[in-house]
Parts: sequence; structure tokens; C-alpha cells
Amino acid sequence: MKRFMGFVNKEFLHIFRDFRTLIILFGIPAVQILLFGFVVSTDLKNAQIAVLDLSHDEVTRKLSGKIISSGFFDKAENLLNYDDVDRVLKSKKTKAVVIFEEDFGKRLIHNGKASVSIVSDGSEPNMATMTTNYLTAIISDFNRELSAGSAGSALLVQPEVRMFYNPSLKGQYMFVPGVITLIMILICALMTSITITREKEFGTMEVLLVSPLRPLQIILGKVIPYFILSFVDVILILLLSWLVFGLPVKGSILLLLVESMLYIFMSLSLGVLISTVAKNMQQAIFISLVGMMLPTILLSGFIFPIENMPDIYQWVSAIFPPRYFIVVIKNIMVKGTGFLFVWKETLILLLFTLAFIGFSIRNFKVRLQ
Amino acid sequence: MKNAVISVHDLVKKFGSFVANDHLSFEVYEGEIFGFLGANGAGKTTALRILSGLSAPTSGKVLVAGFDAARDPEKIKKNIGYMCQKFSLYNDLTVRENIMLYGGIYGMRKALIRERCEELLERLRFMEYGNRLISDLPLGLRQKLAFSVAVLHEPRIVFLDEPTGGVDPITRRQFWEMIYETAARGITIFVTTHYMDEAEYCDRISIMNEGRIVALDTPDGLKNKYRVDSVEEVFVKIVRSGKISV
Repeated sequence: MKRFMGFVNKEFLHIFRDFRTLIILFGIPAVQILLFGFVVSTDLKNAQIAVLDLSHDEVTRKLSGKIISSGFFDKAENLLNYDDVDRVLKSKKTKAVVIFEEDFGKRLIHNGKASVSIVSDGSEPNMATMTTNYLTAIISDFNRELSAGSAGSALLVQPEVRMFYNPSLKGQYMFVPGVITLIMILICALMTSITITREKEFGTMEVLLVSPLRPLQIILGKVIPYFILSFVDVILILLLSWLVFGLPVKGSILLLLVESMLYIFMSLSLGVLISTVAKNMQQAIFISLVGMMLPTILLSGFIFPIENMPDIYQWVSAIFPPRYFIVVIKNIMVKGTGFLFVWKETLILLLFTLAFIGFSIRNFKVRLQ
Repeated sequence: MKNAVISVHDLVKKFGSFVANDHLSFEVYEGEIFGFLGANGAGKTTALRILSGLSAPTSGKVLVAGFDAARDPEKIKKNIGYMCQKFSLYNDLTVRENIMLYGGIYGMRKALIRERCEELLERLRFMEYGNRLISDLPLGLRQKLAFSVAVLHEPRIVFLDEPTGGVDPITRRQFWEMIYETAARGITIFVTTHYMDEAEYCDRISIMNEGRIVALDTPDGLKNKYRVDSVEEVFVKIVRSGKISV
């Protein structure tokens, strides 16, 4: 045991002495969370729009007032004619233009219907979709108020759309679980495979294998520090998302931490497996990055919903474990569900872990023969 | 009667149908410097791995420090030291940390490691390097340190796998002086090397070719037998003429 502790201690020294390792361990998680949280925010806040009001009546004033006061939009300017529409959109600051047709108010009262056009900048598809959606929502809301106010008109059943679990559609709820999933694969699989292949490359692995340390002790000694530090990372990310973005964990924190431990353990076994296959550090990095990072970003449902993928991609994504952890963590963090709703995914992660350990042991034995 | 600390009898190691070690038999005596020569691919590394408990023999009897390599490799590991051709200390740890680490791995008490550590630094005139990172040391110093660390726990045998690769002649000379001192303390030295001039420093040498030991004697004995002036010429003669019985 004393032998083993000295060995674990040495691994910590490696980590704390290497600036790059420290950056990957603590810098990247923090930066990613802040980056995804602030920059890649999918919320609309003070987006600039312009208004071309060809009618100038009480109704259009009320509606544009409602749009501006919603907090999602800022009015950049009032336009005078159609030529200006192109000009302001090209200026790039203005995301959309709202156009009220001539005699908007009159038509609405006399014909019961008037039209308003929304022109948005399609060169930024996400932004365009978001602005039009928000604008449409505000306008239909206005519609409802109007019909409720006029006593004569029949009451229409208005569909009320609400986003469950994430009522304000906070983008961070999507990114925090994704970042945790990604970072854990990065740190655990990449870093452990690097640290083990590094010993192979520098010839220190031979010396360790010849020493009285058992192979299992060598692997555990290299993996335990990363297990501890990854776990610290999970807590760090959860704290950051709570303190900076105000996202609490809705479900049981204990369950979340236990599931994270399982996921970390699985990623570590994957890292060990990669190290038994890779001949040197370059290969280990290549396998971890191309084989794990990219699929995690693209196929795990982190950014692109799995349901919208073509069948073949859905099948491919099924063999990448991060996909299951994302489901688990989203359920616990965002929906607040308990173990009953995530036991299947947990079981799959457990099976992956056992498979990785099994293959690692087999490869290791072959190498030693 | 000399005391055999390694005794190998009819050792065979096969990888599939390839025979890496073909009926090796030899003994290494206590306190001896035993040179293990052979071209690349002759089966040296395989034999070395079996002797150090890393790999199990296919058949034959191998006793190292009194333990059977097939049954008790873990006990063998506790009684040997090992230094390999690639550099084997950690570059990002200091000299003292490396010493503490290896001492700890071999289960030495902390106080004993400290004592030996200071002793070692003094003997090598290394005092001012104690808290420096290995990466700051010149290659020659690192190699000497790696050897000292390999015998820190006073093993019965130390295996050196091409220990002087890439080292300048002066350091090689000093390195061999350290080997002599260590052998004088009763630690058996088992060394593989490419340098034929180094083979002259050994008490006895064996030459391997195509998985078999084709010559085993003192350097002078071999030179007399083949009527040449250096071990290098012996080696060339043997390898050129192909299979030659001992």
C-alpha cells in the first residue's frame, strides 16, 4: 500500500508540474462553460430591429411598443420606405425589420385582418429563425389581447405554447450537461491514454513493470489522480453554472454525482484501452480526439438532436457512450427525474465500462506474453 | 565453488511457430559481470524479459535469485534491479523525487531511502543537483543516476539493457567504473551491449545468434579459441560463419 501511495503521489506531481495538463484539466472546463454560456447563448436579448410603419396609427404604435418593451428587441430606427429595408439589413446590426402595411389599423377594424411582414437576415439562419419566432409569438399574443378586448368577436381557442422544464428556453441548460459530458471524455480518455503511452515511450513503463508493483497497481496509480481531478471538475462546472448562470440541479445532486463517477470511470477505462492499442502519444491523441471528441460533439445529442439525424447516424451514435450520459445528466439536472428514469442508460454505461476493462486486460496480457 | 545466482536450463521461448530462445542453458555467478551479446533480433531481449520476470518461458527451468521465473516472477522482481536502454527516470521530477519514488516502489523505509539518497548524491558529487529536475541534467549524469537508482535497494542482480547507448566515451568509462564498484559490493551485473569494447570489461560473455547461445567464455578465452585480438573479431567470425557450436 505504501508503495502504491508513493506511486500515486508521483502522478500528481506530473500533473501539477505540467502547465499544459493543468490548463486542460481546469482551464478548458471553465472557459468552455463560460464560452458556451455567454457567447453561444441561444437566448434573444436586445436584438436590434427596425420598423417600417406605413400606417402610423394607434394599433401599429401599440404593437411596436409591445415588441420593443418585451426586452428581446431594441428598436434601431424607424424606416421611411422599402428601400431602407435592404440598407439596414446589410448594415448587419439590424437583425430584422417589421413592416406594417398601409392603413393597418383601419383594415384590421373593417376587414378583421391586416398584415404585418417580418423580414429577417437569412445569412444568419439561427438568429433569423429565433427573431422571427419571437416576433411571431409577440404578435400572436397581441392578436389574442385584441380579440379578447372586442366583445363582439367569437372567442377563439388560442393554443398556448409553453416550454416545459426550461421555461425561458435558457440555452445553458443545453450546454452545461453537454460540456460536462465532453470534458469528462476529454480529460479521462485523452489524458489517461497520454500519460500511460508517455511511460511506454520514455521507457519508464518497462522499469515499472519489472518493479514489484503489479500491473493493476500501475494502471490504478495512474488513473486515480485523474479520477479525483475529473470529479473536482464536475463539481467546478456545476458550481460555475449555478453561480454564473443561475442553473440549479433540479434532481438529486447525490444521484448526479454518482452517475458522474460512473461516467468518469467508464471514460478512464476507455483511456486505458486506448493506451493499450496506441503505440505512442501521437496515436493516443489521435484516437482520443478523432475517435471520441468529434463523435461526442456531433453525434451525442449535445448540439444536434439525435432524433433529427438520418437513421444511419442514429445507429452510429448508439455505440458512443457519451450519448447515454447526456440523457442521464439532462434528466437529472433539467427535468429533476430520479433513478427510475435513467436506469437503462446507467446500465448501458456500466456495460461499456466492463467491456472496456475486459478488452484492456486482454490487450495488456497479449503485450506481456 | 562459485555460487550461481542465475541458472538457466533448456530455456525455450516460442511466439507461435517462431522460436526466440532455442534451448538456452547457462549460469551466472554471484558478483560477476556477465555480458550478454548478440545482434538485434538474436533473442537477447526475450531472454532478458524472462529473466526479469516480465514474461514466462515456454519450457525449461529458469532460476533467478533462487526463484522460479515461471512460478514466482513477483518474488524475482523484488530481488532485481533494472535499467533499460531508453532513459528511465522521470524528466519532470527532481533528482531527490526520483530517488524517493523508486525507493518507495521497492518497499524501502522512508528513513533508509533518505539516508541512501544523501549518500548517493555525495558519492556522485551530485549534491547541488539534488533538487533539480532530471530534464536539466546532462545525459551522462542522468545515465549514472539511473544506474544508481536501479541498485538503490541493493538487489542481488541488476539487469542493464544497453545502458550506455548514446553516451560519450568519457561517461561510458565512468559508468563502467560504477559497474565495477557495484560488482565489488557483491551485486551481480547482467549487461547487454552493442559496444564490443565494453564486452572486454566483462568477466564472462555469451554471444547469441538466431535464438541460441553460440559462445560463452571469458573474453580472453574466446579470443584464444578463435585466435583473434578482440571480442569484436570473435563476434564477426561467429556471426559470419553462421551456426557454430560452443
